[in-house]
Amino acid sequence: MSDSAFGLGRTELHDLYRALCVTRAAEERLELLQKQGHVTGGVYRCLGQEAGAVGAAFALRRRTDGTGDMLCHTIRAAGALFLFGGELIDYFRQYMAKGTGPTRGREANVHWFDFDKGFVGPVSPLGTMIEIMAGMTLSFRLRGEERIGMVFYGDGASSTGAWHEGLNFAAVQRCPMILMVENNQWAFSTPTSKNTRVSSFTEKGPGYGIGAESVDGTDVLAVFDAVRRAANLVRSGEGTRMVELKYFRRRGHAQHDPQDYVDPAEIRKWEKKDPLDLYRARLLEKEWASEAELVAIEQDAFDSCRVAAEEAIGEPYPDGPDAVTDVYTDVSTPHPWTRADSPDPTLA
Amino acid sequence: MDREIPEHLLKTKNGEPVTMLEAISEALFEEMTRDDSVFLLGEDIGVYGGAFKVTRDFLTHFGENRVIDTPIAEGGFTGAAAGAAHMGLRPVVEIQFMDFISPAYDVITNYIATSNYRGAGPMPLVIRGPVGGGNRGGPFHSQNVEMAFFHTPGLKIVYPSTAKDAKGLLKASIRDENPVIFEEHKGLYRAPALREVLPDDDYVIPLGKARTVREGTDLTIVTYGAMVHKSVEAAETLESEDGVSVEIIDLRTLLPLDEDAIVESVKKTNKLLVVHEDTRTGGIAGEIAIRVSEKAFEWLDGPILRVTAIDAPVPYSGSLEDYFLPQTGDVVNAARYLAAY
Repeated sequence: MSDSAFGLGRTELHDLYRALCVTRAAEERLELLQKQGHVTGGVYRCLGQEAGAVGAAFALRRRTDGTGDMLCHTIRAAGALFLFGGELIDYFRQYMAKGTGPTRGREANVHWFDFDKGFVGPVSPLGTMIEIMAGMTLSFRLRGEERIGMVFYGDGASSTGAWHEGLNFAAVQRCPMILMVENNQWAFSTPTSKNTRVSSFTEKGPGYGIGAESVDGTDVLAVFDAVRRAANLVRSGEGTRMVELKYFRRRGHAQHDPQDYVDPAEIRKWEKKDPLDLYRARLLEKEWASEAELVAIEQDAFDSCRVAAEEAIGEPYPDGPDAVTDVYTDVSTPHPWTRADSPDPTLA
Repeated sequence: MDREIPEHLLKTKNGEPVTMLEAISEALFEEMTRDDSVFLLGEDIGVYGGAFKVTRDFLTHFGENRVIDTPIAEGGFTGAAAGAAHMGLRPVVEIQFMDFISPAYDVITNYIATSNYRGAGPMPLVIRGPVGGGNRGGPFHSQNVEMAFFHTPGLKIVYPSTAKDAKGLLKASIRDENPVIFEEHKGLYRAPALREVLPDDDYVIPLGKARTVREGTDLTIVTYGAMVHKSVEAAETLESEDGVSVEIIDLRTLLPLDEDAIVESVKKTNKLLVVHEDTRTGGIAGEIAIRVSEKAFEWLDGPILRVTAIDAPVPYSGSLEDYFLPQTGDVVNAARYLAAY
């Protein structure tokens, strides 16, 4: 566990803890909402991985006017999304498929965009996002902007052709981006050993001519430090880099997955490395925070999630006919003629 | 950019006729000159100027930040183009032969085509390249790829048949806020018969609008690309030998399909033949037939017929490929049958 505060002040150290708590409280709230029947689709927990997303995103330049760094998160990196300004209420709206959400019910969970705040939602085939972020950061280099990009993906996505093609392109073009490998040791039920022969994903870096380093993904300060160093190199013109987050997915792929393919002893072992518990103990031990301050942060995280979720619950689902809008910016998509008051195929 | 414009890109300015390939080069060059956000990505497009030399001398004129030679990985650089489009650039991707677009199918259909619908905003991206048979290119340098993408909402598909259309449609595609797949028939690239003097103004041809190539009264041929020219040959034969008057509609844009132009012509001639170089099953003729059935069934005086390539990979040997491809004689035979119906 990191002893240094890496130059972070008390407020920032507290902000890190807040982001960890919000991530966990949001997911716990989601589980509750799911039991109540409010969630459309799966709930994908990042239990045990919160520090990876939070520490990494904290090391970037977060702005709201479209001039900051660019993030592509994943479903297990919601903490990064929140740090980049993704609103809790939008998170719940998305999970509940509400018409008031940023994608108006077209897309699920964390799959949404805000280019001003600097995040691009993923599509489900995550390897694709390496290609997309390569192009976004290529535009930064072509325009001489001092911005960089960060793309999260699971260990499973590292096996895709898109991952290879995107990374190879980025490396050749010196695209200023950081690949964040979420090595939680499982791709759904497939262990990492069946996805790759390497023992660490950092071994793949040299094959593309890029620098890579591995970090304990349960230690939020260690992640912050590693990513800040990577970000400095990337921003100063080195081009693409990779950071591997090593941790363990302590829940199933989603709530439908009983995770019975995992040795329970292994899960118990990783419970002792809970990123929130570890960082909380460190904050107290180093006297970077008082017990009362931490309790206040925890309560605030819990309350914000409860309030946002309750507000989202009351909001409407999209109207069915909205399904035809925005397929194109300028070409309209017809409604089914069979839904008209006087069905007539010549009006199709 | 103060550099001199390369001589071969000044033909229209000098009032000289251009080939379809030269028209495409002019369109790219003029759009890049007009708008700094337009840039090119593709294999061998820089120093080499592209496999067909569409971008010859572009690298020296625009520099390597706007003419980017890529690794041989269509998925990777097409995806990167999409990311750049998110950030306000207007990429034009060259697929060296459109047969090689398949590695990019994932990113095009799952990501690019859904982008606006998913709330990510406009996706101004053109993916262009040579298609089509007749050049003894074999299975991997001859395909038409439109129907692999026709079924994907959110994409536009353009397939010009003349130099004038190619230039105007490509400019419109680059200025469009939606992703466009732009197919260029390599048999038309340097066809002498297609050389023409183009308007020297900054004209565009709107996407989604078909063109009436030839007016007629007895039957309608709906077609596009290289088959426009074979259909015109067939129509001339039918007129001189049979006294049959054929109307020809060149779709120009396949998606969105100009249904109004098709239906209007069928209501006038009452008979429809669809001609496409693409293979038969799942070809665009099927979609056109069902739309005419929906919209103009009462006007039909005969079956809707089609002339297409056969359902096979594109063969290499000349005798095989000629048999595989739809020929003018096929169009004449089908039109005669329909005219007599």
